[in-house]
Amino acid sequence: MDLFIINVIDGLIYGLLLFMLSSGLTLIFSMMGVLNLSHAAFYMLGAYLAYQISIITGFWVGLIVAPILVTLLGAAVERYGLRRVHQYGHVPELIFTFGLFFVIEELVQYIWGRSMVNYDSPESLNFIAFSLAGGTIPAYKVFMLLVSVGIFVSLYYVLARTRVGMIIQAALSYPKTVEALGHNVPLVFMGVFGVGTGLAGLAGVIAGPSLTTFPGMAFLLGSIVFVCVVVGGLGSLSGAFVASLLIGWLQTFAASYNIGAADVLIAMGYEFPKDVYYHPWRDLWTLTLPQIGPILPYILLILVLVFKPNGLFGKRET
Amino acid sequence: MKLFKKIASFVLASGVFFSSSVFADTVKIAFIDPLSGPFATTGTIGLAEWKYAAEKLVNEKGGVLGGKKMEIVALDNKMDGKESLVQVQVAIDQGIRFIAQGNSSGIANAITDMVKKHNKRNPDKQVIFLNYSAVDPALTNDKCQFWHFRFDANADIKMDVITDVIAATPDIKKMYLIGQDYSFGKAVAAAAEKYLAQKTSIEIVGNELHPIGKVKDFTPYARKIIASGADAIITGNWGADMVNLGRSVKESGFDGPVYCYYCATAGITKTFGATGKGMLNHVGEGKLNPVNPALAAYNAGLKAKYPNADMSQPRITNAVQMVAKAINEAGSATDMKAIAYALEGMEFENELLQTKVVMRASDHQAIQNVHVGAHTDDVDIDFDNSGYGIKVYKSVEMASMDSPTTCKMKRP
Repeated sequence: MDLFIINVIDGLIYGLLLFMLSSGLTLIFSMMGVLNLSHAAFYMLGAYLAYQISIITGFWVGLIVAPILVTLLGAAVERYGLRRVHQYGHVPELIFTFGLFFVIEELVQYIWGRSMVNYDSPESLNFIAFSLAGGTIPAYKVFMLLVSVGIFVSLYYVLARTRVGMIIQAALSYPKTVEALGHNVPLVFMGVFGVGTGLAGLAGVIAGPSLTTFPGMAFLLGSIVFVCVVVGGLGSLSGAFVASLLIGWLQTFAASYNIGAADVLIAMGYEFPKDVYYHPWRDLWTLTLPQIGPILPYILLILVLVFKPNGLFGKRET
Repeated sequence: MKLFKKIASFVLASGVFFSSSVFADTVKIAFIDPLSGPFATTGTIGLAEWKYAAEKLVNEKGGVLGGKKMEIVALDNKMDGKESLVQVQVAIDQGIRFIAQGNSSGIANAITDMVKKHNKRNPDKQVIFLNYSAVDPALTNDKCQFWHFRFDANADIKMDVITDVIAATPDIKKMYLIGQDYSFGKAVAAAAEKYLAQKTSIEIVGNELHPIGKVKDFTPYARKIIASGADAIITGNWGADMVNLGRSVKESGFDGPVYCYYCATAGITKTFGATGKGMLNHVGEGKLNPVNPALAAYNAGLKAKYPNADMSQPRITNAVQMVAKAINEAGSATDMKAIAYALEGMEFENELLQTKVVMRASDHQAIQNVHVGAHTDDVDIDFDNSGYGIKVYKSVEMASMDSPTTCKMKRP
């Protein structure tokens, strides 16, 4: 039971991290109608920038400055790149962000090299927050949790309770009307793209010390973020929240319990083969849940698309 | 434009002419490993080690055959099997007779097959495969062949040494095996099961393979390891999978030793830093710490020339010198059969590492001292310029010298 609770906490931390990435992605999609395929590259960039800053001034400055730099870069990408491509339709936009992913990824490797870098959590958070069932939760993970929750609450507050949020929501559904009312819709677009990529950057900053800052980090997390967004329903913030937590728990629990195909097969009445290593169905008999864990989110993605094409909370067709 | 073409063709022709005349007196070794892409760091460090060893240990001491220089020709295989075979062909077409490769046993398997076939079909252009790093035991067992020589200790030998250390550590009662889900990870797990059962009464409380390069967060694995009550972990993980696993278990409260094959250099030592202290136990050949004066000078020279390189694979110094010795003994740099016979069974005294190496004749597996060392900052030779390195605390002389092999060598 204790292990169950500790897994719930781990999955929650991981899920909230996913949410920080998927919230930005889903905001950008609902605003501009385009999937930002380079989203994970901004996540990577955030981690590397924070690493660079942390060498000079320490972790806390990096935590503030790196996301701001990523936000500015994201805004610049929208202003000078996406906005020009926008007039040609969604497909060129998609291809633009697709290319951007590789440009950023290669650029990062060009600057910081192809091996991993030693980006570490700050000294002041290097203690154990609490322990459960022999396992410990480091203070840094609690910090990650608090930052993620803080982001969710403030994002929700801005979108639902402030004037800016109102304009953004209005621009989502009726951009022409909002423009006619005298609001600067391109500026709103730029702001949303900047903040969205900035959130990805922030996710990188706080995930870097925990999940390791290395050249493959964008690729590793990139596809899973799209799964979160599509499962939750494109453009739905609460959907992205629920889907991120769901996938966080799904992956954590799948890796935690060694339920094998053998257990299921034996329960179904089949007999375990004597010399399993030479059995024709060896691969099936020795398959375990942790081995198929990484593909479970994609199975979920397919199921959602088949049975509920809008996603769990989405209002529009995906 | 015509003039330009003329000049260009002249320059090209003279270039070919000069290069063939200038380099006719060199003995070339083709270095085929990743020099671009995600694995470029490992390949680039290996290349620097080969180049420096050839320069320092052969050329500066008079070369081979009374004055011929040894030259390392770098060819990028992008860590791809097909590309590797293309590069082997490129090397052969350039008249290169020595192929050095090490990263990935899968690629080594492909190259050894190709070399075997090529040598059978082209007895006048035979090549020798110097495998300096690929540790799949099959290469010197079922798949062994006359033209392949392995300079690293294979996965079984390393496990033999690790389990010697573990058997001498009475605190360890329960062991957890975790590795990447592919041939090497499986080989490590199988060897660990075998040797632990032979030498100890340690209970294996977990034996699992995780998808290679796809696990984003190792925390759930770490929780499981701790919940299993394991006192120690054995893993063959490399790259980010190694770092993430190590950090996760430490963060989650595991304080036992982790025995590992690839937990040093190429950024790993630096990334672990203080976290790895007291946790990582690295197995490998080549004792760097405590250091001897000759080795310290050699390492300083390497660092001066290639600031980002490490002596990550000390066996390269064996390979370079043993090839030079074999060429001298054969009296020719092109009579590959004579060179291969000279390498086979060769006993070599490496002054730098102060060890003996025997190229076992029955399977072409180098038998040498294999060490287990701890990740610590109390070192003379560090890795990644991080101040941290591996300090040897247990050595096994001529490890697995009498180990059985299934190799049935066919000699030409």
